Amino acid sequence: MVTPLFLAAAVVAVMFSIFAISLRNPVYNVLSLVVVFFAMAAIFALLGMDFLAAIQIIVYSGAILVLFLFVIMLLNIRRGDRLGSGRRLQALLGALTAIGLGTLLVWAASRLAPTGGASLPGAVETGTVVPIGRALLTTHLFAFELITLLLVAAIVGAVYLARRESQ
Amino acid sequence: MWAEVALILVKLAIGLAVLLTTVPIMVWVERRASALMQDRLGPNRVGPYGLLQPVVDAVKLITKENLIPGNVNRFLYLLAPVVALAVALSTFIAVPVGHDSGLTLFGYPIQGFIVAPHLNIGILYIFAIASLGVYATVLAGWSSNNKYSLYGGIRASAQTISYELAMTISVVGVLMTAGSLDLGTVVTSQTGTWLSVLPRWNVVPQLLGAITFMVAAFAETNRLPFDLPEAEAELVAGYMTEYSSMKYAAFFMGEYVHMTVSAALITVLFFGGWTLPWVDVGFTGWGGAIASIAIFSAKVAFFLFFFVWVRWTLPRFRFDQLMALGWKVMVPLSVLNFLWVGAAMAAGIL
Amino acid sequence: MNVIPISHNAVLALSGVLFAIGTLGVLLRRNGIAIFLSVEIMLNSANLAFVAFAASFAADPTHATAALAGQLFVFFVIGVAAAEAAVGLALFIALYRLRESIDVDRVNIMRW
Repeated sequence: MVTPLFLAAAVVAVMFSIFAISLRNPVYNVLSLVVVFFAMAAIFALLGMDFLAAIQIIVYSGAILVLFLFVIMLLNIRRGDRLGSGRRLQALLGALTAIGLGTLLVWAASRLAPTGGASLPGAVETGTVVPIGRALLTTHLFAFELITLLLVAAIVGAVYLARRESQ
Repeated sequence: MWAEVALILVKLAIGLAVLLTTVPIMVWVERRASALMQDRLGPNRVGPYGLLQPVVDAVKLITKENLIPGNVNRFLYLLAPVVALAVALSTFIAVPVGHDSGLTLFGYPIQGFIVAPHLNIGILYIFAIASLGVYATVLAGWSSNNKYSLYGGIRASAQTISYELAMTISVVGVLMTAGSLDLGTVVTSQTGTWLSVLPRWNVVPQLLGAITFMVAAFAETNRLPFDLPEAEAELVAGYMTEYSSMKYAAFFMGEYVHMTVSAALITVLFFGGWTLPWVDVGFTGWGGAIASIAIFSAKVAFFLFFFVWVRWTLPRFRFDQLMALGWKVMVPLSVLNFLWVGAAMAAGIL
Repeated sequence: MNVIPISHNAVLALSGVLFAIGTLGVLLRRNGIAIFLSVEIMLNSANLAFVAFAASFAADPTHATAALAGQLFVFFVIGVAAAEAAVGLALFIALYRLRESIDVDRVNIMRW
């Protein structure tokens, strides 16, 4: 049972992701992607995963894409290339691969047993903050600490790689 | 279901009307209060005590020539003020304004004077939407095709993302004592007394967090002492240089609305929202609801005056001092605050 | 809290379509930043698939831990994507300083 809200979010996501890969101005690509991530956060919220929706907007739209925008402005990238303007054979094979892969995935999704509908009795809410926080700090504590280390490494790496060589 | 939708729309309309009316009131307060602080009179000709001055200002802004410079990127140039105003207005739906105490309107429960009741990610929603405000400043600065605007835009966005971090961490202590991200729960957790002598408002046990949050709120709304991105002496008008008439008015309104929402957040998170200090008055019925809304409005009005007061008292920070303050002072202090709250909760004090 | 019942197959189909669009972007564009953005679309489509399955597990009380694990995996994917974006963009900046171009077809020799 697909509701109109989900359909609207899905159409927006697909349309703006096509913009994100095809428009030539890189700033327009980034802004289209902001809309795509917003639509995906809406889909997360419709599926009951509120915390993930908020995290998606805070981290992806509000931080990662701002980083992209800053880099585009720093490097002053004006116009990108047209979609598929590289080597012709590569473009053709790439398009066939992507469309084939997409068709395969959609066909596989349709072959799964249909789910959705009301939840079974006794189902607890798992999308809110409390169960996620508890699981993050008890069952998945090791992964949580590892990702902290990963983020520190990324910060140090990014600052080091982008520094100016002092003459 | 349609009744709920209609109720939400009514609450939304009332909230928007109140927020947008606060803007002209704040314009008047800013000009009169700043004048009185600087030992001069301020606007006193247009109406009694200059009360019609904002109306005249609005008419002036609407009738100004709507100029779009030649070499700008038109789509982004026109999008930026829209984003600024829309983001500022979207944050208020998670802020609780009064106590609901099970009131019903024609048989339908009102569920609190808040547009989005029982949002279990309450404050996280506000931070999520506020973090989208960076795009307004960045796009305004970049699309204006003017190097002063670009400097202003980049500085404003760097300032916003730096202080977002301190703001978020300083709220963690409050969320730990309240046990929930829902702002209604945060308010009700501040009733009564702490150590049976002090009021339980979060500013008392978490003074460091309150100060950090207030400083970060000043930086987020680009108010003095952190208003270098829009400083007149340094950068003409910063990222808003190339904007005229209603587009400038949109940025201006966005800034005041953001200031109002920040004042409301400071009240809700640290100063008890709509509760009174030591007592736990049971707000019941419509009388209690109106009283709680009045108390909340009085506190928000005080904090808005506090924003104006600080603006006309302190000098401006230089940009490197601003960034150093944000990263080297605010973040460690807010982490210290939540360590203190954790230790106090473990020891049973809080 | 009311969860609007959505067919999880539809969500998975959307995830597949977005993945295909991302792949199209990676294979067909030469601008490095656009390729990076397409990779972000692909990562997001994978997140959507995880969330779809986590939602279908959440509706069944015997699989609560699987639902939580699905959401936490999405959380970690978002964190890893953030780290990857930061380092990748720093690499682009360093590359631009060296080659004055972001076009990946110009960065195809190992010596200069």
